Amino acid sequence: MDLLLFFIGAILVNNIVLSRFLGVCPFLGVSKKVETALGMGLAVTFVMTLASIMSYIVYEFILKTLNIEFLYTIAFILVIASLVQLVEMIIQKTSPSLYQALGVFLPLITTNCAVLGIAVINMQNEYSLFKSIVSGLGTAIGFTLAIVLMAGIRERIEYNPIPKSFKGYPIVLITAGLMAIAFLGFTGLIK
Amino acid sequence: MKSAIKRFKSGILDENPVFIQVLGMCPTLAVTTSAENGIGMGLATTVVLIMANLVISLLRNIIPSKVRIPAFIVVIASFVTIVDFMLQGFVPALYASLGIFIPLIVVNCVILGRAEGFASKNKPFISVVDGLGMGLGFTLALGAIGAVREILGAGTLFGLSVMPAGYVPISIMILAPGAFLVLGVLLAAFNYVLAKAANRN
Repeated sequence: MDLLLFFIGAILVNNIVLSRFLGVCPFLGVSKKVETALGMGLAVTFVMTLASIMSYIVYEFILKTLNIEFLYTIAFILVIASLVQLVEMIIQKTSPSLYQALGVFLPLITTNCAVLGIAVINMQNEYSLFKSIVSGLGTAIGFTLAIVLMAGIRERIEYNPIPKSFKGYPIVLITAGLMAIAFLGFTGLIK
Repeated sequence: MKSAIKRFKSGILDENPVFIQVLGMCPTLAVTTSAENGIGMGLATTVVLIMANLVISLLRNIIPSKVRIPAFIVVIASFVTIVDFMLQGFVPALYASLGIFIPLIVVNCVILGRAEGFASKNKPFISVVDGLGMGLGFTLALGAIGAVREILGAGTLFGLSVMPAGYVPISIMILAPGAFLVLGVLLAAFNYVLAKAANRN
C-alpha cells in the first residue's frame, strides 16, 4: 500500500517536470506534436527504469565496496550513457519498428537530467532496489504524462493569435506555469 | 585580443545561454528562488565551464572524434565533483539550498554544448574566454530571474527587505509555477526589446 501511494506520488505530487524541474529541456524541446512527445516519453520510461536498477547495483556493489562513493556523479553518467547506447543497439536488432519510433530520441536521453536526477535522488534517499525501480517507473510515467499534455496544448496554441513577443518559448513557459499551478493542487493528496 | 573581447561579449549578450539559446533550463528554473541562489548556481557553472573548456581545448587533437562525447562528459563530471566538494566545504548553506542541482551540472546542456560547439575546435585561450563569457551570461540570467522571483515572492532582495511595509508577498512566485511564469515573461520582454532594436536598425 505504501509503495502504491509512493508510486502515485511520484507521478502526480512530485511530478518530475512541473514540481522538481528535471527534464525541462526535452519537455520544452520535443513537445511540438503528441506523437513525438509520446515516443520521447516511452523512451525515457524505458531508460529511466533500467537506469534506476543499474545505478543502484553500481552504487551498492561497486562504489560502496571500493569506498569511492564520492565518484557517484561520474559513475552514474557513464552508466546512463552506456545504457542508452546498449538499449539503442538492442532495439535496433530486435525490433526495427520500435527503433523507428524511438530511434531519434534515444541519444538525447543521455543529457536528460531527469534520468541522472532520479539516480541521484534514489541514492540520497537510500531507497531499496525495489523502491528504486518503483521510483524510476513512477517518475518516468509522470514525465510522459506532462510532456504529452504539453504537446496536446501546444498543438492547439499553434492556431491561436498570440502577441508576437510571446511566440515560441515564452508562451510555452507560461502554459507550463499554468500546468504547474494545476499540479500544485495534488499537494496533500498523499500524506 | 579583439576577437577575445568579442567572444566574451557574445556569451553575455548575443548568444546568452538562457535568454537567446534557451539552454540549461533545469537549473535556471529550479534554483532561482532567490537572487543569491541564482548567482551561486551561475558561478558554480561558470567554474565548471571554464575548466572544462580549457581541458577539452587542450585535448582537442588527442580525443578521437568517435568517443568525444563520453570523453567530454567524463572531463565535465570530474570538475563537477571538484566543485561539489568545494561548495560543501566552503559555503555549506548554499550547498544545502542548491542540493541535487550541483551534481546535475554535469548534464547542463550549456556545458556540453560549449565543449562540442566551441572548445573542441578552438585554441585554449579563446576557449577559456568563451567559457567565462557564457558562464557570466548564465550567471546574470539566473541572478535576474532569481531577483524578480525573490522581490515578488518574498519582498526581499539578497535577504534585505525592499518592498514597502504593506506589501503582501505573492508566494506562488517562489513556488514551482512562478519559475515558469517569470521566465516566460522575461523571455517575451527580451524578444520585444530585440525586435525593437532590429526595427531601429
